[in-house]
Amino acid sequence: MTAQAVKTPLLDVTGLDVFYGDFQALFGVSLSVAAGGATALVGANGAGKTTLLRTIAGGQAAASGSISYRDEDLTAAPPHQRISRGIALVPEGRRLFGSLTVEENIQVGAAAAASADWPLDRIYGVFPMIAGRRRQRASTLSGGEQQAVAIARALAAAPSLLLLDEISLGLAPVVVEALYQTLAELRAAGTTLVIVEQDLRRAMAVCDDLVCLLEGRVALAAPVPAVTRDQVVAAYFGDRT
Amino acid sequence: MTWVNAVIQGLLLGGQYALIACGLSLTFGVMRIVNLAHGDLAVCGAYLGLVLSTALGVPVWVTLPLLLPAAFCAGLALQALLFGRALRHGLLAPVLVTFGLSVMIENLLQVAATSDPRGLNGGTLALASFRIGSHITVSWLFMTAFLTACAVLSGLQLLLSRTAWGRQVRATADDLDTARLVGIRVRPLFATVAGIAVATAALAGVFIGTIGTFDPFAGANSLIFAFEAVVIGGIGSLWGTLIGGMALGITQVVVGQVNEAYSVLAVHLLFLAVLAVRPTGLFAGHQTAREAWGALG
Repeated sequence: MTAQAVKTPLLDVTGLDVFYGDFQALFGVSLSVAAGGATALVGANGAGKTTLLRTIAGGQAAASGSISYRDEDLTAAPPHQRISRGIALVPEGRRLFGSLTVEENIQVGAAAAASADWPLDRIYGVFPMIAGRRRQRASTLSGGEQQAVAIARALAAAPSLLLLDEISLGLAPVVVEALYQTLAELRAAGTTLVIVEQDLRRAMAVCDDLVCLLEGRVALAAPVPAVTRDQVVAAYFGDRT
Repeated sequence: MTWVNAVIQGLLLGGQYALIACGLSLTFGVMRIVNLAHGDLAVCGAYLGLVLSTALGVPVWVTLPLLLPAAFCAGLALQALLFGRALRHGLLAPVLVTFGLSVMIENLLQVAATSDPRGLNGGTLALASFRIGSHITVSWLFMTAFLTACAVLSGLQLLLSRTAWGRQVRATADDLDTARLVGIRVRPLFATVAGIAVATAALAGVFIGTIGTFDPFAGANSLIFAFEAVVIGGIGSLWGTLIGGMALGITQVVVGQVNEAYSVLAVHLLFLAVLAVRPTGLFAGHQTAREAWGALG
């Protein structure tokens, strides 16, 4: 609360319940993200991290609760309206359009762009590794390059809030390092980040705030300096005593 | 010389099959709808052409500026009212819905227009022809149908590969869920695809009605040929559809040269042979259908 109470929250999620059919994935999840910050979203597999990001992006409907962004209620808004307000998602598993070229993938990301702040040149400036592959089909790229294209596609929407779902999954450490370098640049340019990351050490090194989900509920939410690794691990696995 | 003639006539006939098939290919490739009413929509186009050209007293070509936009709007409406809703209930629902639509169209046409075979007024073009050498005569009408098919398929291909609309269509065909998540408005996109599919079907129907005759139940036959052209060419590949249509047309006319009774059977056997040897179609290769779609760009 301390860090977030000072600034007005950019994103304010309250009491979110989300179902897949009869299965409830999220139970009253609340989350507040301050403008300009970086929030780490951690938790075990199946804790609801991906569901939470997808719900914020509009890919999943909320049964109850609310999502407000810059004091505007977006709970029922379709994805394209959220994107045009500045929320963009880099989905888990990259989910590139395999038959489209790299450049076409990025252009598709601009379909509902919030502004013209991220033209192609600027995106290629941030990701020089894909600039030389713009005419290549996305399915022919390496994992790291595909991940870069997935982030580039989200950037094309000129987001003020970028939601990143497990961008380091299956990538070599040196590639992950390069991607996080890029995220630091984006943050310096004023983009707010919510990062789902399995590597707890990296998540705590990069982010100001940390939210840990456990079986669809928030188990811990605090500024990073205020929590120890042991506390996070305890929240991660739940109190089984 | 008769064989050369048969191949040329078959090629031209194949253009007509491709013209009716391209809408089917488009709706299946993008929306995953096998539209069983596609042939009936083509026949509706022919009847609309009949009504308009009779009312205005002009050859049916003159009515195209009215007919094609009307067909496009009918496609928008069908997508909004029927197909879009059906798609929300899984893959089987659209099959049932389009089958029901097919039955309804056929019976409504029969009530409204009787089962009498009709033909369209093609003006002077219908009878004109030119000669290649001294033995081969080509009908201008067949030639026009063939060139129209090539133009429509090329135009569609250009739209798909070069425009922002086409990019979004291909992305949606690749992965619908992700397309939504990156901000593509799928509903209007699908509506335009359905509009184009119905407009091309109506155009094909006008050629069917000008070249031969049609009745309320002619759609089923068109659908089979169109479906075979799509599958032979490879699902989702527009050029493949054109080649598939030509393969059907050439087979039909060349075999008909030997024995007229076996011409249609030969077409179906060709289809079965391609299905057995290359179930993905000639031009889909070993890639998935959706990859083949993008490879054209």
